[in-house]
Parts: sequence; structure tokens; C-alpha cells
Amino acid sequence: MTLVVVGGSLAGLRAVESARRAGYDGRIVLIGAEEHLPYDRPPLSKAFLDPDGPARVQPFRSEAELREDLGVELMLGTPADGLDPRDRVVSVSGTMVCYDALVIATGATARRFSGTDGLRGVHTLRTAQDAAAVRASLDRGARTVVIGAGFIGSEVASAARKRGLPVTVVETQDLPLLGSVGRQAGAVCADLHRAAGTDLRLSVQVIGLESVAGAVSGVRLSTGEVLPADLVVAGIGAAPATGWLERSGVPLHERDRGVICDATLATGLPGVYAAGDVAHVVNPLFDEESARVEHWTNAAEQGAAAARHALDPAAARPLVPVPYFWSDWYGHRIQFVGTPRAEEVVVAVPAEAGFTALYRRRDRIVGAFTVDRPREIMKYRRRVAARGSWAEAVAFAATTTTAA
Amino acid sequence: MRIETDRTTCEGLGMCEAMAPDFFEVGADGTVVVLEEHPGEEHRQDLTAAVDASPVLALRLKG
Ligand SMILES: Cc1cc2nc3c(=O)[nH]c(=O)nc-3n(C[C@H](O)[C@H](O)[C@H](O)COP(=O)(O)OP(=O)(O)OC[C@H]3O[C@@H](n4cnc5c(N)ncnc54)[C@H](O)[C@@H]3O)c2cc1C
Ligand code: SF4
Repeated sequence: MTLVVVGGSLAGLRAVESARRAGYDGRIVLIGAEEHLPYDRPPLSKAFLDPDGPARVQPFRSEAELREDLGVELMLGTPADGLDPRDRVVSVSGTMVCYDALVIATGATARRFSGTDGLRGVHTLRTAQDAAAVRASLDRGARTVVIGAGFIGSEVASAARKRGLPVTVVETQDLPLLGSVGRQAGAVCADLHRAAGTDLRLSVQVIGLESVAGAVSGVRLSTGEVLPADLVVAGIGAAPATGWLERSGVPLHERDRGVICDATLATGLPGVYAAGDVAHVVNPLFDEESARVEHWTNAAEQGAAAARHALDPAAARPLVPVPYFWSDWYGHRIQFVGTPRAEEVVVAVPAEAGFTALYRRRDRIVGAFTVDRPREIMKYRRRVAARGSWAEAVAFAATTTTAA
Repeated sequence: MRIETDRTTCEGLGMCEAMAPDFFEVGADGTVVVLEEHPGEEHRQDLTAAVDASPVLALRLKG
């Protein structure tokens, strides 16, 4: 018996750990495109960008722990480039790796702003190398322009302001994070940027970059204005890393080519399961909607479950997770649980006291967004998980309106 | 079994509380509070889930 896990990051690591914990003692091969041992990404846009932040990434586990304690064969720095589900083989630049059970955990790759390849000073933020480059630029006192007011871009802006450096965030929509948190919470996020001295430009497109001697010098906007810049960070989302699956028969989503799974993470091909940022998964909690969730907790939970299910499909059960993410902006803790797709959003605690918004479908609470209310967020998560009543959630929120 | 926390790494993200609300809570200072330091063996599964869920790996089970 061989378990092959493709993708050596959070979901892949949790897959191998949970296989061993479930008592599986067969062969495990972990194939990863990056040279690094599995490491944690959230700090890359937080502590890593501080002037006195950590100098290098700390892997979750040492090579000895992975190889000896967990008995994992590591193939790192070598991307998988094909899958044949009939013969149950993954190809890795000419080497064929046979599997009985396979976990696809190749995550996502940051989208680049088109036509900027090779221009110095233009970055995305996904890997340890990216973080080192962005930090080096901030260390030199860069004037920064962030394209896209998403979570990662906003954390970069936060890091720049923490150093007192000028930063502009350019967003095409009329509020930040509309798709992720909705209008009410998006407006609060916009205020956090402005209060911290970030120049937030909404309803504006970036139409091109200007350069001098191969290095970026400015960002051209749809308004005609050119913002001077020595550092441009594109925070415009990430695309599932599934190029290696294009001809495999693994079902891929028509919009973004993510792997389509049922609620047990099965792809429909025998023995093949997927987990983490790469996977579209049906969630029974939210009317069987399918979503590709790109959060830490989701990758950890799905990675662990995918390996157990791949090794013992008869015992596979649907996952019923409540998506959760956090983000740190300008010293504020932003947290969200559940789904933003709601019939109604109610502001339960105004921004003066942190901020809480609740999300309703029918008579149920399906989501909650908070700023600086860390003691309460998990109370909402439990209500969302239990398909809790809207009226009770609103009543609970009313008891919290005194300062956090 | 004993629960150990590293309060300098804990960031109060609350996943432990989500997994095992009878044993963990995010406290007033924004870091984890252990509600029951010596839980019975019957809770091992929930507690392991809580330890695994901490995004900053701030929890350990001893024994
Ligand atoms: C800068 C940053 C900050 C974040 N902050 C937060 C946060 O505050 N809160 C939160 O909840 N989430 C946060 N996230 C999201 C979280 O880190 C991700 O959800 C998580 O990393 C997903 O894990 P994954 O294993 O599914 O995918 P990934 O981490 O994307 O890993 C996939 C791995 O597979 C490898 N791979 C790709 N193709 C192949 C191939 N063909 N063969 C072999 N290997 C391959 C990749 O190189 C990569 O190492 C952040 C992400 C980033 C980038
Ligand atoms: S999950 Fe981890 S970081 Fe979050 S409160 Fe618990 S111990 Fe702290």
C-alpha cells in the first residue's frame, strides 16, 4: 500500500500526519514543488515583514521528524507534472510514483499582474522568497503600491504603515473585500485603512506600470494619475495549481480550474482525494453550496480528513466545517466565521466598540465578522455549526455591546 | 493527561475553543485560558483536535 501526497505545505503535511495517527503503517511519499520543508504562510505577510521579523521560515517539522518519526519519503523541489488515474501513477519529471491512495494538496499560485514579468520591484506574496523580497524592499524605505484590497495586500499595507512608509492600496470595487465579507464589513475595513494613513483608492483600476532601467517606477491608474512606486505588490488572488492535472480526468472547475470534490473530499476517481486551497468542496451546512475556501484552518482540517478518506474510503464521512479566517491590520484583529453569502447582514456592535456584523439566511445565523472581539468569535462559530437560530445570535450579540 | 500552553506564541485565534469549548476559552487579555488542566482520558480525541487546530501551535498534550 502506498499513500502519495502531492503538495508539501499545510494540507499535505496534515495529510501525512493524520495517516500515521490513524495507524496506517504503509509507504508515504510527499511530493512538493518548493525546496523548503512544509512551512507556515500566514506569518509571511505579518511578522515576516517587520524590520526585526524572523530571518528565515521555520518549518513545521524538521526533516528528521518527517523522514524518521513519520516515515515519509520526501521528494522536494520537484513538482508533479502528470497523473494517470487508470494506472494510478503520478509522474515527477520522468520518475513514476505509483499510489493506491492519492491526496492532491497543491494549493494555489498567486495571480500576477499581467505584463510585469521580469520587472524589478513587482511582487506577489505567497512563498518565503516572495516575503523576503518584499521585506528587503520595505527595508530600503520603498514607496509601496498594493494592487487589490484583499487580505494579503492589506497586511502588506499594514506592514508599510507600521514602518511609517507611504502606501497606496488600489481596488477596482467600491469597497474592500466585498466578496469575502459584504458591504457593511467592507466599509469598516476601508475605515481601518484610512485611519492608519493608507491612501485607499476605490473604484479605480491599475492599467499599467511604468519603469526605469528595468525597475518599476510608477503605477498608472484608470483616472490618468501615475502613482510613484518602488515596490508594487499584487494581491489579486490565487489560482489553483492544477496545470499538472489538465489531462488527467480529475474534474476541474470551469471558472478557476480548482479540483471539484464532494463533501468527503472525493474527486470521483478511485483513491483520489483533494484538500486545501486547491479544492472546491460541497458544504452541507450551507445548502450544499460548493466553495473553494482559502484559509489556514480549512487546509489543516481537509488535509487530515483527505488522507484518512483516501486510505479507507468506506469510512469516509462528509465534512461539515465552518470556514474561519483571521487577519491582522494595523494592530487590529479581523475575524470571520461562516459564509458571507447571506440574505441579510446586521451590524450588531458598532465600529466604536470594535465591530460585529452577523449574517442571516432564513431564520439561521450563517456567519459573523468581528474586529477586535477575539473572545466572541468562537461563540458565533459554535452557533453557525449548530445551525443556530438568528434571533438567539442577535440576542447574544446585544449582551456583548459593552466594550470588548 | 495535562494540557500545556505557550502563552507567548498563542495569538488568541480561538480554534482550540472551537474544537473543545469545555477546555479552552480566549480570555480577556486575548490569549487562551485553559478551563480544566487535567482532563480525563475520554476527552483525548477532542483535545488532540484542539491541539492540531491551533494555527500557531501553541498547545501541547502531556501524558
Ligand atoms: C501571505 C499569506 C498570508 C496568509 N494569512 C492567512 C491568515 O491570516 N489566516 C488564514 O486563515 N489564512 C491565511 N493564509 C492562507 C493559508 O496560508 C492557506 O489557506 C494555506 O497555506 C493553504 O494550504 P495548502 O496546503 O492547501 O496550499 P499551499 O499552502 O498553497 O501549498 C501548496 C503546495 O503545493 C506545492 N505545489 C504546487 N504545485 C505542485 C505540483 N505540481 N507538484 C508538487 N507540489 C506542488 C506548492 O509549491 C505549495 O508548496 C495566508 C496565505 C498567504 C500566502
Ligand atoms: S488556537 Fe492557538 S492561538 Fe488560538 S487561542 Fe488557542 S492556543 Fe491560542
